[in-house]
Amino acid sequence: MKNTRAIAAVAFALLLSGCASAPGRVDDPFEPWNRAMYAIHKPLDDNVAKPIAQAYVDYVPRLFRMGVSNVLNNIDDLFSGINGLLQGKLEKAGNDFGRVTLNTGMGFGGLFDLASEMGIPRGNEDFGQTFGYWGIPQGPYLFIPLWGPTTVRDGTGSIIRIWYGPLGYLPYVPLRNSLYGLAAVDLRANALGTTSLVDQASLDPYTFIRRAYLQRREYEVYDGKPPPEKDDE
Amino acid sequence: MMSGAMLFRRTLVLLLAALALPALAQEAPDAMVKRVSGEVLQVVRSDPKVQAGDQQRIREVVETKLLPHFDFERMTALAMGRNWAKASPEQKTQLVDQFRTLLVRTYSGALTQYRDQVMEYKPMRADAAATDVTVRTEVIRPGQAPVQIDYGMAKTPAGWKAYDVIVGGVSLVTNYRDEFNEQIKSGGVDGLIKTLVDKNKAPVTK
Repeated sequence: MKNTRAIAAVAFALLLSGCASAPGRVDDPFEPWNRAMYAIHKPLDDNVAKPIAQAYVDYVPRLFRMGVSNVLNNIDDLFSGINGLLQGKLEKAGNDFGRVTLNTGMGFGGLFDLASEMGIPRGNEDFGQTFGYWGIPQGPYLFIPLWGPTTVRDGTGSIIRIWYGPLGYLPYVPLRNSLYGLAAVDLRANALGTTSLVDQASLDPYTFIRRAYLQRREYEVYDGKPPPEKDDE
Repeated sequence: MMSGAMLFRRTLVLLLAALALPALAQEAPDAMVKRVSGEVLQVVRSDPKVQAGDQQRIREVVETKLLPHFDFERMTALAMGRNWAKASPEQKTQLVDQFRTLLVRTYSGALTQYRDQVMEYKPMRADAAATDVTVRTEVIRPGQAPVQIDYGMAKTPAGWKAYDVIVGGVSLVTNYRDEFNEQIKSGGVDGLIKTLVDKNKAPVTK
């Protein structure tokens, strides 16, 4: 049941990315809609998400926060390894699975990131990058309130990632939701520096975030060696 | 009143600085990035005023240590793309000036965040005759993923100067090209200048 729904969601999203017509910008055909979403997101983020994340940083001991980040990174590393395999990047996948084994086994379930101390790099692969590697176009850009920038391709990847993430298997709903909440706070807290930089640097944050996100993803899909961009604005 | 000895000493210092300049102009681009970022980090770590967040002092450090190594005119022209040709000489001067201010304010605001970082420099493979190179560095922060920071640099008569900074794959110039384009589409070059001026008058976002 769960599988069918996931596959249906993926199929739908990929379909959407394939047939979207582009009236305005090629990469952001839904710009008016996305801007409306950004207008909803910004006050929610400024008044709710950001203060919570800031309080988390100010009042929760660093050691605890690092533990949370490490555990979440450990789960990400597992998925990164799977995506490394899906792209045939065996060295990266080996590193990621090695990291997970080491950090889970000897780092108390991922609380401590021993693998980084030992210099084993994180693969940083995800489903969106795998789709990109397979040649699937990014599809329309999307801005989702409280989630942030994504594309149809990357969003599909994120849905798969969350769907199969270990938290989904927790039977006790209140605990599961609390952990999702903690994961969200951790993510937002780690982005505090970036978002304040964007606010200061940008003339129009919407445009700034869009270009930065798309550049970043291109860079990640090509493992840091993106083809030179066409300068045809 | 300045004593003769002091005056002499100052002149001597200036003279020595002037003599040192041609030597610096010969400096290889990767060596220059390493030296300059080392100097800035050194100040960030040791200067009590910078650590206390004294914006004026931070601005001063950025202006004296960093700015001389950037080619802001080239940066602005690249960020303007095709629109650069449409701007009058006066507009160009204003654009370069305002863009520089925006970048200095942004960088100064962020500088204090980088206390604990360690820079790593990757060996540069470039022809000795090359006039345009990318210098690659990596910033290691405790407990976080490393960030790649690359500098697009070109050889000018005044030595190597950076014209782009690429942070984790995000090129500053490319990012601003979209922003500038959008402003120019809605309000022309003057509209963009006005947006930049207003942005620079607003208090620095924390």
